[in-house]
Amino acid sequence: MATAVKGAAPPTADEVAIPRSQRTAALRRLARDPTAMIGAVIVVIVALCAIFAPLLARTDPNAQDLSSTLVPPMWIAGGTHAHLLGTDNLGRDLLARIIWGSRVSAIVGISVVAIGGTIGVTAGLLAGYRRGWVDAVIARITDVQLAFPLVLLAVAIVAVVGPGLGTVIAAIGLTSWVQYVRVVRAETMSLREREFVTAAVAAGAASTRILGRHLLPNVASAAIVLGTFEIARAIVLESSLSFLGLGVPPTTPSWGGMLADGRQYLDTAWWTALFPGLAIMIGVMGVNLLGDGLRDALDPSAPP
Amino acid sequence: MAGYLARRAVGALWALIGVATFVFLILHLTGDPAAVMMPPEASAAEIAAFRHAQGFDRPLIEQFGSFVASAARGDLGLSLRHQEPAMALALERLPATIELAGSAFLIVVLVGVPAGVLSALRPRTWIDYAARVIALVGQSAPTYWIGLMLILLFAVRLGWTPASGIGGWRNLILPAATLGFFSTAKLMRLTRSAMLEVLSADYMRTARAKGLSFARVSLGHGLRNAWLPIVTQLGVELGTLLSGAIITETVFAWPGVGRLAVQAVFERDFPVVESVVLLAATIFVLLNLVVDLLYAVLDPRIRYA
Repeated sequence: MATAVKGAAPPTADEVAIPRSQRTAALRRLARDPTAMIGAVIVVIVALCAIFAPLLARTDPNAQDLSSTLVPPMWIAGGTHAHLLGTDNLGRDLLARIIWGSRVSAIVGISVVAIGGTIGVTAGLLAGYRRGWVDAVIARITDVQLAFPLVLLAVAIVAVVGPGLGTVIAAIGLTSWVQYVRVVRAETMSLREREFVTAAVAAGAASTRILGRHLLPNVASAAIVLGTFEIARAIVLESSLSFLGLGVPPTTPSWGGMLADGRQYLDTAWWTALFPGLAIMIGVMGVNLLGDGLRDALDPSAPP
Repeated sequence: MAGYLARRAVGALWALIGVATFVFLILHLTGDPAAVMMPPEASAAEIAAFRHAQGFDRPLIEQFGSFVASAARGDLGLSLRHQEPAMALALERLPATIELAGSAFLIVVLVGVPAGVLSALRPRTWIDYAARVIALVGQSAPTYWIGLMLILLFAVRLGWTPASGIGGWRNLILPAATLGFFSTAKLMRLTRSAMLEVLSADYMRTARAKGLSFARVSLGHGLRNAWLPIVTQLGVELGTLLSGAIITETVFAWPGVGRLAVQAVFERDFPVVESVVLLAATIFVLLNLVVDLLYAVLDPRIRYA
């Protein structure tokens, strides 16, 4: 039966090359999505700034120069090439501080997702799989947490424990896990009725194995999409706390802290408030665009 | 419906008890609330005296019991700074916050929803692209920065509005626009996608085939069916606006609950912080209850057994 049907051309290499897995297909969809790629490029640039800040910044972000305070950006009369984006009220170079400030945002964004994601995904899996009293207890706690205005909750925690990078991460992380619970619990509840889970149970697999090997990979894409948006939210919330003076200490350059400083000089030196805000907006926009792209690409009903 | 209402009310009560527990736990997070509440330069003897006066040296469970009992009456003690009932201070500031959040909500409804509808009805036109760009900016830029930029443009450069403080509508417009920006952007996106989904439905084609006017088709049939997710989100956003007021009020020196909370944090005035948190959570819980009930009114298909 090796004879081909007459008239039918043998398939070309392109037609045969079906994506090996859904994940590859998703990555391809993502790579073809121009706005998602813009987002990815922005995210990579911010990440590179955070990693290579000491090499990229031409000056020390904390070096004060009281002889050249509030110098405007270089393209405005009075600006110099020494300070591309100008200086703040203490003569510190804005560009250097923005580059270094990306570190705080990156660290907070990643740590918050690590904390919130781990707690939230675990709680969501347990609630959705175990049901019963586990589900009831977790549901009660999430209800309470959702009843709080999250900004206020973070402010209250920082107020009691005291400001600092660790407190900020913990406070935002503890407000972020609830989002994952809702999504992961709903997914798990529908997955546990599926055949592959029933089969695993029948085969005598332990609960931990079912949760870790069978359910976790299937809720991962939903959690990843949510995690991306949570990074964006964490960056904004951290900058808000720093703006209120409840974030990282003033000696650590952060975008929100820079805005708090720049606020005093709105009428005389607008650049001190414009550029750090632009940095936050562009960084967060990059993460959001990437998140939108991931959500579309990981949607199982999307065309290949 | 009555059974559902009762169950939701019990749920709300549970949430409030949980919130009170949380508020209590936060203050005891470091182990010594007296040290947290006293100024850093206070001596050990002063802290010990304060600890005794506030009852922080009693067993934790006993403290918790009396905390819940007085929290239920809305009594969270005297403000350490003003020596007035803390909850009364928070309630005094509430009208200013409601004025601000209410105005912002109006902007969200009057700008966000129509812009989303227009954007869906005219996809791939400049209206659509402009709405999408504004939505993206609004979702990415921090609220307080938008506020600073609006102050820079309209108060400092153009001199059209005052930069801060409370007063007539001219004072209100910048803070309300700032507070509403994020939610407006969110509503634009949501309305657009909800409308796009409805517009491709069969009954829309039928409505058009019947020869109904464009406005009748898009609003009477389109928006009416896309309304449910929009209203739900509007309810959520009302909560977001109240919570976001904490930052907007600080930027614009608006004398509301949020600014009171931030001041209280810096003055270590914890009875006031607790009152604000409890007040905000109560409003949140009640809002959610109302939104759930609205759902039933708006969508006759939903039945609560």
